[in-house]
Amino acid sequence: MNWEVVIGLEIHAQLATKSKLFSGAATSFGAEPNTNTTLVDLGMPGALPVFNKEALRMAVMFGHAVNAEIGMTSVFARKNYFYPDLPKGYQTSQMDHPIVGSGHLDVALEDGTVTRVGITRAHLEEDAGKSLHEDFQGMTGIDLNRSSTPLLEIVSEPDIRSAKEAVAYVKMIHSIVTYLGICDGNMAEGSMRCDVNLSLRPKGQQEYGTRTEIKNVNSFRFIEKAIYSEIERQMDILEDGGKIVQETRLYDPDKDETRSMRSKEDANDYRYFPCPDLLPIILEQSYVDDIKASLPELPTQKAKRFEEEYSLSEYDSGVLSSSRAMADYFEIAAKVSKNTKLAANWVMGEVSKFLNQENIEINQSPVSADALGLLLSRIEDNTINGKTAKDVFQCMWLGEGSADEIIDKKGLKQVTDTGAIEAMIQGVIDANPAQVEQFRASEPDKRKKMIGFFMGQVMKASQGKANPGLVTPILNKLLNG
Amino acid sequence: MSLEKQDVQKIAHLARLSLSDQDAEEYKHSLSSVLDLVEQMQSVDTEGVEPLSNPLEATQRLREDVVTEQDRREAFLSNAPLTESGLFLVPKVID
Repeated sequence: MNWEVVIGLEIHAQLATKSKLFSGAATSFGAEPNTNTTLVDLGMPGALPVFNKEALRMAVMFGHAVNAEIGMTSVFARKNYFYPDLPKGYQTSQMDHPIVGSGHLDVALEDGTVTRVGITRAHLEEDAGKSLHEDFQGMTGIDLNRSSTPLLEIVSEPDIRSAKEAVAYVKMIHSIVTYLGICDGNMAEGSMRCDVNLSLRPKGQQEYGTRTEIKNVNSFRFIEKAIYSEIERQMDILEDGGKIVQETRLYDPDKDETRSMRSKEDANDYRYFPCPDLLPIILEQSYVDDIKASLPELPTQKAKRFEEEYSLSEYDSGVLSSSRAMADYFEIAAKVSKNTKLAANWVMGEVSKFLNQENIEINQSPVSADALGLLLSRIEDNTINGKTAKDVFQCMWLGEGSADEIIDKKGLKQVTDTGAIEAMIQGVIDANPAQVEQFRASEPDKRKKMIGFFMGQVMKASQGKANPGLVTPILNKLLNG
Repeated sequence: MSLEKQDVQKIAHLARLSLSDQDAEEYKHSLSSVLDLVEQMQSVDTEGVEPLSNPLEATQRLREDVVTEQDRREAFLSNAPLTESGLFLVPKVID
């Protein structure tokens, strides 16, 4: 049978506030256990929450960025369940009146198609603490540093139809929250986590199949792999005439499979009710409008501007604007080198290659955007050719100095003296009489290919320093005799 | 509306309360009478009335995003029956 995949995603983005959602404790990652806690985070009797202004502003920013209705009156609710890392016995969240209502995102896929993903809502909630199940005298250790850390839970409509679409959507949310500066986007540290709701239905059927929820997937690659493996699992069951059990599952990257965590039926009774400790949040229109007016340029807007302002392709613009750090790096390099195309190619080519090799982000690059711009300007003014520039770049990466220092120290300056180049070419022609004869005996359209051989020999003779732009016409002249 | 004893046991379980059979029998009646009252209230026409989330006519006060609390771990841990390496210890839970 032909199956259609239906996916909806819940993304938890940790908001980049200094203090917690409801207390004045720090939110710093990696602190000693239980040192970032207060009476409120520990759920001590009588402790009252006070809501963080900045978390509210960040949530409204996000709402604007996904074209959503802003909840002018929003209400905190208690989600009741028992777990030791939730000392209050409830998570303060939002239910009927979230801060961000329905919106949407247009997600561009690799093949250039654009698909619209509806956003049901985004609500503010507090995180729980952490349970450590390693052996503590046969007991579980509880660290409440993360307790009451602000989260924005972004819930999508079940509009996603493939693993690729899911990853493109998550990447887009990631890029929006990091552009806005409301989340550091560090998935390895859990600053952004994703729950995947997935079901299958026969193609053409309107009604949704029974879904499973894969909890806490924490990298783009794992999201894709978890989806593929869950599709396969569900398909096997359905094709054998079985039924899907609605349940929560966990993705195990080592085995590349999902396994059952708990069945939802009896766990799902959260008995939400409005939190009596927190009053409704009522926003003024001017507050909401001011935030909208102060939004930074967002990834899609930036991509569009790159296309128009720098005449880059849609694909290149998309890649370069995917992160704010990369976009800024590119724009500086482009400005310094005065050649945007060259800068674009280098940022996506050499720079990305080196970053990937060392598995670091662009803002950790040992070659700054300015330094790259200067290197590229040496290609622009014919001091060196592109091939030599790659060697210089490698030296710069290793900290050997600026482009000019390296070019100078290693004597890499291009030979631009036409007399010297002509002598070099003559030398190559004299040394390869057989090839010259063959070249002259060939049809003109075949000669184009054969000239590459001579070009290579000239470059070798000049140790890569001959300016290709000058070599070509002289080589043609001398060969055609 | 009348609750069955198993409903009462379920509610008790969600609240992690242990009830004797006798208690459950008693709560079955008292909780049912609360629900009867709610049922009676439901006959009121609430068309066009916004649900009330808080009876106070006030809005939430906001706090500046500033770290105001210092580490008081030792004091907090001293309240707990068992601790180790800065962690609270609880009976083993594996979901």
